[in-house]
Amino acid sequence: MTALADVPLALAIPIAALVVLGSTLTLIGATGVLRLQSFYDRLHAPTLATSWGTGAIIIASALLFTFIDGRAVVHEFVIGAFIVLTTPVTLMMLGRAALERDRAEGGKAMPEMPEPDPSPDHGPDRGPDRGPNHGRSET
Amino acid sequence: MSATILIIALAYAQVALALAGVLLGLRILWGPRAQDRVLALDALYVAIMLLLLVTGMRLGTAFFFEAATVIAIMGFVTSVALAKFLSRGEVIE
Amino acid sequence: MTRLFPHPVLSLFLILLWLMLTRFSLGYLLLGTVLSLVAGWAYSALHSPRPRVRRWDVMPRLAWTLFSDIVWSNLTVARLLLTEGRSGRKSAFLRVRLNITNPNALALLAIILTATPGTAWVEYGSDSGILTVHIFNGAEAGHYRHIICDIYEPMLMEIFE
Repeated sequence: MTALADVPLALAIPIAALVVLGSTLTLIGATGVLRLQSFYDRLHAPTLATSWGTGAIIIASALLFTFIDGRAVVHEFVIGAFIVLTTPVTLMMLGRAALERDRAEGGKAMPEMPEPDPSPDHGPDRGPDRGPNHGRSET
Repeated sequence: MSATILIIALAYAQVALALAGVLLGLRILWGPRAQDRVLALDALYVAIMLLLLVTGMRLGTAFFFEAATVIAIMGFVTSVALAKFLSRGEVIE
Repeated sequence: MTRLFPHPVLSLFLILLWLMLTRFSLGYLLLGTVLSLVAGWAYSALHSPRPRVRRWDVMPRLAWTLFSDIVWSNLTVARLLLTEGRSGRKSAFLRVRLNITNPNALALLAIILTATPGTAWVEYGSDSGILTVHIFNGAEAGHYRHIICDIYEPMLMEIFE
């Protein structure tokens, strides 16, 4: 505990605030995963933890270890960049997998889909034959 | 003074993250479908990784950072493989 | 030069990553450079065309927009989650016809939309050009359509096309 006692107050307060912010956002996200009713709603909850939940804790950790070790410790940001870049990939694949599974089962499991933009105000390079077909292909 | 503030904040963070892990664990148990479990597992990886980072801060050691890195990478690979499995029924095509 | 550095940005990024994970010293710089060169060759064997970035100067503007968007939507989604059940929130799917076809631009858009709380990329049909996004608060559909079509899409077009 000696290391923590040396941290000046001006640094301790932002670090504490960031840690509290990050963990609270992660907890809110977790309650969302537990409480929300449909899978597609739950898909949004973890992004709270992976955007500012992770971000705040990583900034706090970098600040603290920069002070304790007396040199710029930035390797926390590697984790941060990694989480920010990889979580979208996971969530995207999960969302698509869920949609494909729902579609394969058909019936009431399939969520309702609205028509794409009612006003095709942009897209001169797209022919009129590009109707709202349910083209399922790789992204 | 500053040590007290930091210890209170870090202890709160540890409790909050552990609680988040418990909630996500409940979602893994309840399901109801496979994609719900995989989603909760992915979020659980992130929560545990953050818990390790916070624990490392509280003990003032960078030792936990290595574990957090490994968990972040493992979590990504696991979740992608599981998502691939859910949409295709097999991991390697 | 191109044969030696098939992916200069990737190699630079890997060197930086290596130095961040270890220590800033000459030995690690040399080792990291060798490793990133090998990784560049391996990557070009896997994936031949190099992403062509036309305008780098739009990148900071994109990053700043994304940053402020993430802060704002974090607050919104956290508030919605805390008032869940009382606010009458209803989620919805949103289908948007996209004009960008460049795979790198699409990948970046996918990361942007999914990393921002409140929107999740679900599906994109490359033959129809229609993107399906799930949005957490269905009442904000017009807002998100505006963000995708009028803010991010033109920026990505400027960068990649």
